[in-house]
Amino acid sequence: MATSRPSDSSGAASNDPARPSDHIDQDAPAVEPGGDGIVQPRLGVMGYLRFFWRQLTSMRTALFLLLLLAIAAIPGSLVPQVSSDPNGVIQYKAANPTLAPVLDALGIFNTYTSVWFSAIYLLLFVSLIGCVIPRTRHHLNALRAKPPATPARLARLEGFTTRGTTVDAATAVAAAETVLRKQGYRTELYPAGPGQAATSVSAERGYLRETGNLVFHTALIGVLVSVGIGGGFGFTGQRVVVEGQAFVNSLASYDSFNPGRFFSESELEPFTIVLDSFDVSYEEQNLKALGQAVDFTANVTTTLRGQEPAPATIKVNEPLSIGGTQVYLLGNGYAPVVTVRDPEGAVVFSQPVAFLPQDANLTSLGIIKVPDGLSEQLGMRGFLYPTAVALPSGALTSNYPDLLNPILTLEVYQGDLGLDNGQGVNAYSLNTDSLTQIAGRKSDAPTIELSPGDKVDLPGDLGSIELESIPRFVSLDVHHDPSQLWVLIFSALVVAGLVTSLFIPRRRMWVKAVTTKDGVTLEYAGLARGDDPTLTAAVADLADRHIEQLKA
Amino acid sequence: MTETLVMYMRLALYSAMAVYTLAFILFTVDLARRSAGAPVAATVGSKAVAASGTTALLEKTDAPASVGRSTPRYLRAAMALTVIAWVLHVTAAILRGLAAGRVPWANMFEFTLTATAIIVGVFLAVQFWQDLRFLGAFISGFVLIALGVATVNFYVDVVPLPPALQSAWLVIHVFVATLGTGFFALGAGLSIVQLLKERRAVGKLTKAKFLDTLPEPEKLENMAYRLIVVGFVLWTFTLIAGAIWASRAWGRYWGWDTKEVWTFIIWTIFAGYIHARATRGWRGSRSAWLAIIGFSAVLFNFTIVNLFFKGLHAYSGL
Repeated sequence: MATSRPSDSSGAASNDPARPSDHIDQDAPAVEPGGDGIVQPRLGVMGYLRFFWRQLTSMRTALFLLLLLAIAAIPGSLVPQVSSDPNGVIQYKAANPTLAPVLDALGIFNTYTSVWFSAIYLLLFVSLIGCVIPRTRHHLNALRAKPPATPARLARLEGFTTRGTTVDAATAVAAAETVLRKQGYRTELYPAGPGQAATSVSAERGYLRETGNLVFHTALIGVLVSVGIGGGFGFTGQRVVVEGQAFVNSLASYDSFNPGRFFSESELEPFTIVLDSFDVSYEEQNLKALGQAVDFTANVTTTLRGQEPAPATIKVNEPLSIGGTQVYLLGNGYAPVVTVRDPEGAVVFSQPVAFLPQDANLTSLGIIKVPDGLSEQLGMRGFLYPTAVALPSGALTSNYPDLLNPILTLEVYQGDLGLDNGQGVNAYSLNTDSLTQIAGRKSDAPTIELSPGDKVDLPGDLGSIELESIPRFVSLDVHHDPSQLWVLIFSALVVAGLVTSLFIPRRRMWVKAVTTKDGVTLEYAGLARGDDPTLTAAVADLADRHIEQLKA
Repeated sequence: MTETLVMYMRLALYSAMAVYTLAFILFTVDLARRSAGAPVAATVGSKAVAASGTTALLEKTDAPASVGRSTPRYLRAAMALTVIAWVLHVTAAILRGLAAGRVPWANMFEFTLTATAIIVGVFLAVQFWQDLRFLGAFISGFVLIALGVATVNFYVDVVPLPPALQSAWLVIHVFVATLGTGFFALGAGLSIVQLLKERRAVGKLTKAKFLDTLPEPEKLENMAYRLIVVGFVLWTFTLIAGAIWASRAWGRYWGWDTKEVWTFIIWTIFAGYIHARATRGWRGSRSAWLAIIGFSAVLFNFTIVNLFFKGLHAYSGL
């Protein structure tokens, strides 16, 4: 992939397509002795533009930008990023109150979309385009050009070797051309002088090397453009679904939704996914990994518009493709179904509430809010222990992730939940500032403990609460990314171009028949155009094959 | 059953480490002998070639890569021991795989075990192409340290694969990354020798006479380049395979996860290395430094990023 760009100082030389593709420019010539030193030419606006373009598209600048890009990527790995770890960013800011504002101002929390990072890679790609376009032009010319005339002194070239023969020069050269053609060379016969018979053959092969190089660099541009433009048409959305519940693919039913720049709601196919069951298997044999989850399978029924419902499964490494989207299984947990009744026994709240897992044994934390139907608004902070065991201190913990001995504990608060002032409130947290605990450690009544099927009265004759069942929930990520296929295609081209440009040798070969009074001497030599470790061996091999051909 | 296999795995691994230690000692003795035994023939040889004409001719002469005709005994013994240690090493990796019932590279211990076996495998295979036995001390020393850290600090018991790792891509993505690491390791070793030779050429390192028996810096640079371009292709593939896997497991092909960032940084450094060869003033020691920095980044990515950085590639098992 390393190849000639318009050079730093002697541009004309390496713009010449006849130069090897990794030709290194000579050092700038020393100032003529006795001269007045360097005289700067006067540059107009266009001159300066051309000067800066030259600078930008020079190999040295490209190398500098590449290494700068590597360095610029580092801070984003040291500091949490908003895109991949938003909670980490919040924690980091809390832990580093003096440093965080400085980093924030520099955009370090969004390194990969920051102005300076974008500037580096955009400059790099402009430089790349400025290099690829002229080289494509040169390469198209080279593809149509004939191999160049045979040099006068082959002995100066690589792998020079000679052989004797008894046939005449014209026959020998014709045979050499046949051998070279068989090896995939493009050939051209050259006479010793105008109007004379051919005495040498010039050959070149490996044009694919440069083709591969251009494909590689162009495909990189393709990847960048696909990501930049295609990503704008996509979206990602998250939704928690409890066993037995359905999810309809519409904007309103997402818990959170991140549209791309050019997204429109009409892109959403109205399919439904019903979570029939969610199966988890745990390691039961290996004592060192007891209770480690070894499989998650979501059994779902999907319905596309106008079609019959169909069963499907979603697993961690096996997303479901439906309606132009991919549906991923990214998380799971328990969603206890809690029913609250008023003192008369009428149901005021009954629904599953997703509890967030806190550890490997799925001790889970959840918040239940009952705003209506009772004389007071109720808020509850609950812990679910799937397999509850009591610690010596009396506190509960879970020692297995499956539901072997589930216990739900609830601290109950009454007062104003703050839901009525019109501001959004996090469903997974409970602000207890304006609440009074009525059951729990800070009140007279003890914390409520429930097993499935248990029903207890709430303190203060508020009513009753029952734990009906504990289904599982899954959190589904729905993604639509039209750029994905294009990125994949360009990536495949990147690899193909890279392999061709690095491992196909581009070389020239010459065979010359020199007639002396003792007969005909055949001279062979080659020229590497780019890295070519086997050239010398290839010249010797050509000579041997040629002689064999002449004997046959 | 698993316990028995793990026991034999440990036995094979500790034996391999013992034999690697012997091999390392002999490789070092060989280097010392090169310093002691005056490499007159080699020096005179290359001078004669240099005097005879162009540099093109110099390249074609077989550089005195191995020790002089006198006693390659230590070197041959060291290579034989390396082969024996490698067989034990590979056996240990296979036993670990059998014990776990899957590929032996799903946590840091297993990855180190397999990666070092592949590095030595690449080192041995490359000998058929070029005589790089003088890198034996570098490779066996590096592998010994890595295995020591793995058994002492990274060891974890055999546990089943978490669902996130249950994918064919675990086999492909990680194996190719490992193979690439092997090529980068050899490239870095050659670049280190190249830098040492360049320092000696300017009158430093006067005691390190063994350097005179090794190939010329230019040849070292060419060999390093050829190894590193292979590594680069493998690394490019690793990056793309990782992105494909990420799109299936995590729902996006690229998300600037810390491991993704470092894989990208390494790719960029080696892309820079390859371009450096075509840039005036960047051949020679500068590109050698890039090769060394690139390999250091590979090691950093595997150790520091795995252990101390927060990210989705949290599979060290520690």
